[in-house]
Amino acid sequence: MTNTIETQTRPSLSTQQLEVSIGPQHPSTHGVFRMNVVLDGETIVKLKPVMGYLHRNHEQLAENMSWLGSMPYTDRLDYFCSMTNNIAYALAVEKLMGIDVPERAQYIRVIMAELTRLVNHTALVGFLLNDLGAFFTPVLYAFREREKILDLFESVAGSRMMCNYMRFGGVKLDLPDGFVDCAKAIVDNYPPFLEEMERLLTKNEILMARCQNVGILLKDLAVNASVTGPVLRASGVNYDIRKIDKYGIYDRFDFKVPLGTVGDVYDRYYVRILEMRESLKILRQAFKELSAGPVISQKGLIAAKSPRNMKVPAGDAYGRIEAPKGELGFYIVSEGGTKPYRYHVRAPSFINLTILEDMCLGHKVADAIIILGSIDIVLGEVDR
Amino acid sequence: MWGTGVLKGMAVTIKNFFDTYTSKNGIFTVEYPEKRLPEKERFRNFPILVYDEKPEELRCVACDICAKECPPKCITIVKAKDAQGKPLKQPEVFDIDFTVCMNCGICEETCPFDAIYMDHEFELAEYDRMDALIYKKERLSRPWTHFEKIRPTDAKEINERRAKDATKTAAAVKPAPPQASNQQT
Ligand code: SF4
Ligand code: SF4
Repeated sequence: MTNTIETQTRPSLSTQQLEVSIGPQHPSTHGVFRMNVVLDGETIVKLKPVMGYLHRNHEQLAENMSWLGSMPYTDRLDYFCSMTNNIAYALAVEKLMGIDVPERAQYIRVIMAELTRLVNHTALVGFLLNDLGAFFTPVLYAFREREKILDLFESVAGSRMMCNYMRFGGVKLDLPDGFVDCAKAIVDNYPPFLEEMERLLTKNEILMARCQNVGILLKDLAVNASVTGPVLRASGVNYDIRKIDKYGIYDRFDFKVPLGTVGDVYDRYYVRILEMRESLKILRQAFKELSAGPVISQKGLIAAKSPRNMKVPAGDAYGRIEAPKGELGFYIVSEGGTKPYRYHVRAPSFINLTILEDMCLGHKVADAIIILGSIDIVLGEVDR
Repeated sequence: MWGTGVLKGMAVTIKNFFDTYTSKNGIFTVEYPEKRLPEKERFRNFPILVYDEKPEELRCVACDICAKECPPKCITIVKAKDAQGKPLKQPEVFDIDFTVCMNCGICEETCPFDAIYMDHEFELAEYDRMDALIYKKERLSRPWTHFEKIRPTDAKEINERRAKDATKTAAAVKPAPPQASNQQT
């Protein structure tokens, strides 16, 4: 009897596909981001990211102001990592101008970049848990640690998030008194925090059930879509620009590149935890080797005093770094004048976002949210 | 065994919960506005114009450099003129549009006359969107002693440099500041 009812009612239970627009005002889309998803029941059959709500004309603006003038604007690309944005832009212009960066400034840059990586990954792990439904407890633990580093940034650059600290040929100001001691204390206190976080999360069965084998990104697809950063490394591809380009002084540091095996959300989470441990290693080394000296080259100092008159020789250059979210590159073309002729940002968040649909197909709506969270996007950088 | 991971995680949250009562690092927020964290010396929020003695005698010579360097172009400067219409070395109008300023500090860095600096004041909300947020010269003026108070290290450095420059200028035959004529465009 039951059998007959089931067979009879099944055709009428087949549902119509439903199109849902998630965002741009949605608590879990990490900013003003919209996904148009087509659902069959709760399963995603189609997903289309809609971007551009935070478009601020960054590239065009930069083409209409002095070279240094767009430095504070780069802060606002990925507002979690303003220091690394500054470094990438400075690197591109320095390449074109051929100015050197003094030793001490190089070390300061590495310290800032790695602290930024800690800030970014810490916040990301917290937010990922928010997306999973662990509402604000892990995020608050993460913010507690992040806050300490932001305070450090404030004492150095004057602002917690909009640092505007790098200059062509060095950094804006030397480290204030007591900075290194404060930073060392933070670095020493980080491993206990990471262990606490891991005790809370890594072996947590609920987290494992939600994250393992969800949103798998295969190696080939990741490489073909030119995904970079922790998302790519979680899929098992050994690609870290710090190792490949060795920009700045990264060849002097001894660190490993953690890799994932499966390429699911869990791997992406865990790779970031491991990366933080490597960053701590780099930081310890940098504090040891940091020596006294000038923090900006003479040419850079003149340029910083009068950005309007700074000319960059004609040509083009591409400066790229391993930003916490992936390969951040600035492509600039100069005609020899005081403004860039063309200025382009290769934003990791934007490019990593393009494979969102491939990762989400066949999963439930709730999984799409954590897959999006695990890519780690910042809309300021996606839309620019 | 299934569930041990969750229990271990719970232990972490319980520990953190009791830490807020027992450990001095448990609560890491402060109850603003009753309590505040000490300000960092380099903290920058909004530019101010400094004067040495009298508020009418700003250090600013209205050279327009900061207005040209300001990335979002939020500074408006009009030179003052004397009765004969000759331009004076002081601003008649010096407005900064607070709604546009992005607190980058480039004006401070590029001013050759040590006239504009970033202040620490950050409670700047207003009810009016139009006029109240366009800061006029009078609203921006602060005595040099204010700057010395908020940023003692920088102020010391600047004072020393200015004293050295002043003796140099006095020693020169012509007392006109050479820097000024070079920088004006
Ligand atoms: S650069 Fe300095 S002196 Fe010149 S107008 Fe601006 S504040 Fe005044
Ligand atoms: S802080 Fe920046 S945006 Fe604000 S007035 Fe100065 S230069 Fe312009």
